[in-house]
Amino acid sequence: MALLLNAAVLLGKEVRTEFRSRELLSTTIVFVLIVVVVFSFTLDPTTTESRRFGPGLLWMAFLFAASLMLQPCFLREQVNDTLSALRLAVQDPFAIFLAKIAANTLFLLLTEFLMLPVFAALFNVSFGAQLPAILLAFFLGSVGISVVGTALAAISAQARMRELLLPLLLLPLLTPILVISTEVTIRLMQPEPYVEWKGIGLMAGFDVVFLTVLWLFGEYLLEE
Amino acid sequence: MPAAPERSIGLQFDQVEKRYGAVYALRNLTLNIAAGECVAIAGRNGSGKTTLLRVAARLVRAGRGTISYTGGTSNCRPTIGFVAHATMVYDELTAEENLLFFARLQKVENASKRVAGLLGEVGLQDRKDSPVRTFSRGMRQRVAIARALLAQPWLLLFDEPGTGLDAESAAWLTSYVHKLRDSGCTILLSLHGESEMARLATRAIRLEAGSVIADTRRGAMFQSIFAGAVN
Repeated sequence: MALLLNAAVLLGKEVRTEFRSRELLSTTIVFVLIVVVVFSFTLDPTTTESRRFGPGLLWMAFLFAASLMLQPCFLREQVNDTLSALRLAVQDPFAIFLAKIAANTLFLLLTEFLMLPVFAALFNVSFGAQLPAILLAFFLGSVGISVVGTALAAISAQARMRELLLPLLLLPLLTPILVISTEVTIRLMQPEPYVEWKGIGLMAGFDVVFLTVLWLFGEYLLEE
Repeated sequence: MPAAPERSIGLQFDQVEKRYGAVYALRNLTLNIAAGECVAIAGRNGSGKTTLLRVAARLVRAGRGTISYTGGTSNCRPTIGFVAHATMVYDELTAEENLLFFARLQKVENASKRVAGLLGEVGLQDRKDSPVRTFSRGMRQRVAIARALLAQPWLLLFDEPGTGLDAESAAWLTSYVHKLRDSGCTILLSLHGESEMARLATRAIRLEAGSVIADTRRGAMFQSIFAGAVN
């Protein structure tokens, strides 16, 4: 309970500072918008092609946007050494991770929700009744990206070549969830769409496994 | 007047070692600090003062040896206040928001009242709604000190707290630490040289290359600890 209360206080601070500075959200939204627009005009896909390749492109855009967003989440705590103050203040350091994961997921989901209608319009794809399932896939995929990304951001923040290190570690580790997320989204965008529950289960499993690993070993990632 | 800490604790370093690559920041350091002591740690740049404080706060894990808190209850995590080189507060938030945030994290009772009281004590009541980024170095340091004092810590660690302060702010800080010392708080102060604040210490330690080369209580040798003229 104390863990959740601490995480909630920390999440409140993350949201407040982000909505005050709008650094992360503006970067990710603009980035994803540019990718979607550029690919739409360059490829000029038919509806069939959009349904086949669109989801992969969308998840790729989300991944790159996330890597832009994840990098500063621990670097910002280094400016005034606020990470040390947080470590001194919280009972369980996992609360710091939990809040960062929740904040990153929230910002990523916000970007995704804003981009979904733009994608639908430019790629001539309709979601219709499958929207709840698409949102579920986006949620599970975003949690996976945030969990792994937040852990790696904590590691890379203390490294010398931090700008290079995060994407270098992030992309291979996120390949499984990106492949599954893309497959699940492709099925949901077909003319006769269906929910691939096996894929949804795998995404949830990925999230749980990495969250557990972070819970067990997260404390060591924050040490100097 | 600062509120008296609920409890104060001592610190025991037993053959503590910390290395950064091949460089020893702390080397075979054994030190016993009793509850309620005010200890000044002197030494040149790179002598291990900051590492000693960060190890004491458990922000840095020692490579070898043990650090234990004495005098507190073993089943309770000690409350530690740390004022470092960096302010450890968020520039985007106001002074009040920063303090309320850390107070809620530390589950300080009557957080709003405590924060209002501390803002008054550090002389920032009038600027409580201003973002910290608009503050001068001295004002930021006052916020940092208020943050460190929020949970009435059992142990206070100050890493060169006078850095960047003007004469007026430095005098305020000295008088404040004086009151904290008199309230029974265990205090560790890392200092560069002899200063007003050094005179508050009841004991002085000189570090060189991560080892204690001198350890004295108030007396004839006290001044030489800060001058570095210790054999």
